[in-house]
Amino acid sequence: MAFLQPRDADDLTEIVRSAASAGEKLELRGGGTKADFGAPRAATVVSVAALSGVIDYDPAELVLTLRPGTPLAEVEALLAAEGQMLAFEPWGAPGATIGGVIAAGVAGSRRITAGSARDHLLGFQAVSGRGESFVAGAKVVKNVTGYDLPKLMAGSWGRIGAMTELTLKALPAPRMTTTMVAEGLGPAAAHALMACALGSNADVSAAAHLARGLTLLRVAGFAPSVEARCASLPGIVSAHCTVRRVADDEAAGLWDEAMTGSGLAGETCWRVHLPPRHAPSLVARLEPLGIDWAMDWGGSRVWIAHAGSSLAVRQAAADLGGEATLVRADAAMRAAVPPFQPRAPGLAALEQRVRLAFDPKGVFATTRFAEDAHADLLPA
Amino acid sequence: MSIKMPVPDQATLAKRARIVAAMRSIVPGEGVIDDPDALRPWESDGLTAYRQPPMLVVLPETVEQVAAVLRWCHAEGVKVVPRGSGTSLSGGALPLADAVLLGMGKFKKILRIDYEDRIAVVQPGVTNLAITQAVEGRGFYYAPDPSSQIACSIGGNVAENSGGVHCLKYGLTTNNVLGVELVTMDGEIVRLGADYPDAGGLDLLGVIVGSEGLLGVVTEVTVRILPKPQTARAVLLGFPDAESAGACVAHVIAEGIIPAGMEMMDRPAIHAAEAFVKVGYPLDVGALLIVEVDGPAAECDHLIDEIARIADANGATSSLISQDEAQRVAFWAGRKAAFPAVGRISPDYYCMDGTIPRRRLPEVLRRMEALSQKYGLGVANVFHAGDGNLHPLILYDANIPGELDRAEEFGNDILRLCVEVGGVLTGEHGVGIEKRDLMPEMFAPDDLAQQQRVKCAFDPELLLNPGKVFPTLHRCAELGRMHVHHGQLPFADLPRF
Repeated sequence: MAFLQPRDADDLTEIVRSAASAGEKLELRGGGTKADFGAPRAATVVSVAALSGVIDYDPAELVLTLRPGTPLAEVEALLAAEGQMLAFEPWGAPGATIGGVIAAGVAGSRRITAGSARDHLLGFQAVSGRGESFVAGAKVVKNVTGYDLPKLMAGSWGRIGAMTELTLKALPAPRMTTTMVAEGLGPAAAHALMACALGSNADVSAAAHLARGLTLLRVAGFAPSVEARCASLPGIVSAHCTVRRVADDEAAGLWDEAMTGSGLAGETCWRVHLPPRHAPSLVARLEPLGIDWAMDWGGSRVWIAHAGSSLAVRQAAADLGGEATLVRADAAMRAAVPPFQPRAPGLAALEQRVRLAFDPKGVFATTRFAEDAHADLLPA
Repeated sequence: MSIKMPVPDQATLAKRARIVAAMRSIVPGEGVIDDPDALRPWESDGLTAYRQPPMLVVLPETVEQVAAVLRWCHAEGVKVVPRGSGTSLSGGALPLADAVLLGMGKFKKILRIDYEDRIAVVQPGVTNLAITQAVEGRGFYYAPDPSSQIACSIGGNVAENSGGVHCLKYGLTTNNVLGVELVTMDGEIVRLGADYPDAGGLDLLGVIVGSEGLLGVVTEVTVRILPKPQTARAVLLGFPDAESAGACVAHVIAEGIIPAGMEMMDRPAIHAAEAFVKVGYPLDVGALLIVEVDGPAAECDHLIDEIARIADANGATSSLISQDEAQRVAFWAGRKAAFPAVGRISPDYYCMDGTIPRRRLPEVLRRMEALSQKYGLGVANVFHAGDGNLHPLILYDANIPGELDRAEEFGNDILRLCVEVGGVLTGEHGVGIEKRDLMPEMFAPDDLAQQQRVKCAFDPELLLNPGKVFPTLHRCAELGRMHVHHGQLPFADLPRF
C-alpha cells in the first residue's frame, strides 16, 4: 500500500489529479487515529500531516483559519491561551488532527447545546476529486452566500474533497464548569432526569449517564451564574432524585467515559444516535446480548459494546427510529458490515449523486465504505 | 432594475392551458390560480422593486400533491418557483413568466411537539413566531427570530437559513433544524436528518438549509425548541463614533461574553428611529449600541455590570441599563422600527446585508460615506455588531428617474467593499436575484461550478427556481466535463459526454 505525504496544497492537487487520470483510489488521512474505522482496504494513503499550522487567528473575530494537518492538541492549546475553545468539544486519540475531527464529524458532550463540527466549520479550501481547488463558505461567522458546502464537508470522511485550509468558529470558553451527579438511577429514570434538566432554564450544557448508575449534568459559564444554577438544580429535579456536586478531576474522567465510549468492555462497539426518549428501550432490548453501554447527549447518543459480531444493535436502533454506526470491530466484521446504517434507497441514490458531483471518477471512493464499493447491493 | 431574468420559454407559454388543466387534476378546487387579476398579488416578494406575475399559482395541501406537481412539471420540462410567505428580501421567491409558482402557504399544521426530546415537527407554512407561540405555554421557544417572524414561514427560513438579532448566541436556522422531509424535482420524497442531531451519511440537510429553493421543496421541518431564558436585560450605550463602539464590542467578546443580541446604529439611523418611536435614544452620539443578555437572573446581573464597565473603559458617553421589562422592550423598539423609521425620512430605501470582519468596521463606514457622496444618496446603518452583519439602508426615491438604478449600483459597491475587506455578500438575506450577479466577486469560476454541480445532483434539468443565486446558467453536462490539465486530456481515449 502506497503512502504519500504531500508537502503543500499544490502537491496534494497534483496527487489527486494523477489519481483521477490513473483511476487510482486515495484515502485521506490526518493523524490516522481512526484508520480502523470502516472496511479494510488497499487504497493509497495520502497523509495531510505536513499541511499543518495556523494561518490566521483573531480571537475578537471568533475566527480561526488553519491547515488540516494541525494537531488537535495544538489548536486547543492555542485557543485556551486566549480563553477560547472549539465549542463542539472535539476529542481524539493522541495525534488526532483538526482536519480529521472535522472530516469524521466528531463532537463531544456539549454537542446538544453547542452544535457539532458541522456547526463550527465556517469555510474551507479543498481539492475536489476532479483535481480542482475550490473554496466554500467564508471567514466570517455569519454568512449565507451560496450553498453551505462546509456542512457537507464536515463528517464526509474525506469523500468529497481533500481540505487544504479550514476556517472554524472559535467561542469563549466558560470561565467555570461544574458537574452535578445523581447516583443509582436506572436508564429510564436517568433519561427522565436528563430531559427534565435539559428542558429547564438551569442552562445545563451537557447530560450523560453511565451504566453503573451515574448521571452527569454539566453547568458552565460565569461563576455567579454557575453558582446560582447549581443551587437551583436540586429543586428543579427534586421529583426525580437528589444531585450533588463532584470534584472537577473526578468529573473529567466520568465525562470522558460518557463522551468517547472508549472504556466500554467488548471487542465490538457501536455508536447509536436515536430519539433520546428511546434510549432506555434500546438498552433494555439489548441487555440479553451482555452489553456495556454509556449514554451521552441526554440519551440521543448511546455507545454500546459487546463481545462477538451480532447485528442486533443495528436492528434495535433501526426499530427505535435511530441508527447505529460500527466504530470498533475486528477486521472480519468490518469487512462484512458497513460502518453506517444503510440509508433508504432514494436517499442513498441522492447521496451518491452528490458525491459524484465532487468526485466523478471515485478517487476518494475506497472500499472503506460499503456504499462507495457497491451502492447497488446494499439492503434497503 | 438591472437584474435580468431568463428569457421565458415560448413553448411552455404556448401550452399554458394544458399545464393549468394538469395542475387542476392534481390540486382540485381553489388550489390553482390562473386568472391574470388573481395572479397580481403573487408578482413579487419582499424585494418589491422586482415584479413578475407567475404563469400560474399552485397551492397544494399534501406532500403527495407536491410530489405529483413536481413529477408532472419535471416530465414536461416546466419550471417551478417555490414560495413560503414571500418575505424574502433578495428576490428568492420572485416568480418567472414561464414557471409555476408553488405556494406552500396551506401547509399550516403543527404536527407534533415533544417536550421531553425538545423538538417540534411542523409543516413548512407555519410561521416562525407560531412555533414559539405553540410551545411558550410550557416555557419553550424557537430561537431564530428574523425580524419578519410574524409573517415569514419556517419553510422559507429553511430555504434562506434565516437569522435574527439573537443568532450570535443561538445560531441561524441551520443550527436549529434537525430534519426535513423534502421533495426533489423528479417527485421523489426523501427524509434528511432525523428527530435527533447528527444523523449519519452525508449532511444533505446542511446543504438544503440555505439553498434558496433551488434543490427541493421542503414539506415538513423538525426543529429544536429551547427552554426560554429566565430573564433578559439590555443596556443602551452611546459612543462618540463607530470606532469606539466597535472597540467596545471587541472587548465584550474578548472578556468571554457572547450577548444574546448586540446591535449598533449609526447617527442617521438613531435620529430616524428616535423621531419615529421617541424612546429616549441619545441624539448627541455617533453610534449607539444595544446589548442584551439573557439567562438566569444572577448571570444577567453579573454580565450587565461587566458590559457597562467595558463600555465605560471604551469611552461610552451614555449608559442606560434596563430596570424592568418595559424599559428593555423600549430600548429595542427603536431598533426594531429602524426600517420603517427610515421609510419615513425617505420615499424608498434599499436594505443591504453584507458581513465584514468587525475590525474593519471603521474603514468600511468611512468608505461607505464616500460612496454616499459619490452617488448622491443618503445611507443609514443598522448593524448586528456581534457577528459583523451590516444592514446599510440606502435612501432613494423611485419616482425620480434613474434613482433606483443608482441605489442598486451604490448597494453593489457596498457589497464589493464587504468582500474586499474579507467579508461576504450576504449574512442572512440570501443571494436570490439581488446579489446573483455579484457572486463572481466572492467566488472564482471553479468555486461556483462546484456549487452548481451540487445543484445538478438534485435537479439536473435546472427546473427548480432557475435564475436565482447563480449568475450564469451552465448546463449540467457542461459542468460535468473534466478540465484539460497540463495540455493533456485525462482519459484521452474515453468518449466525451
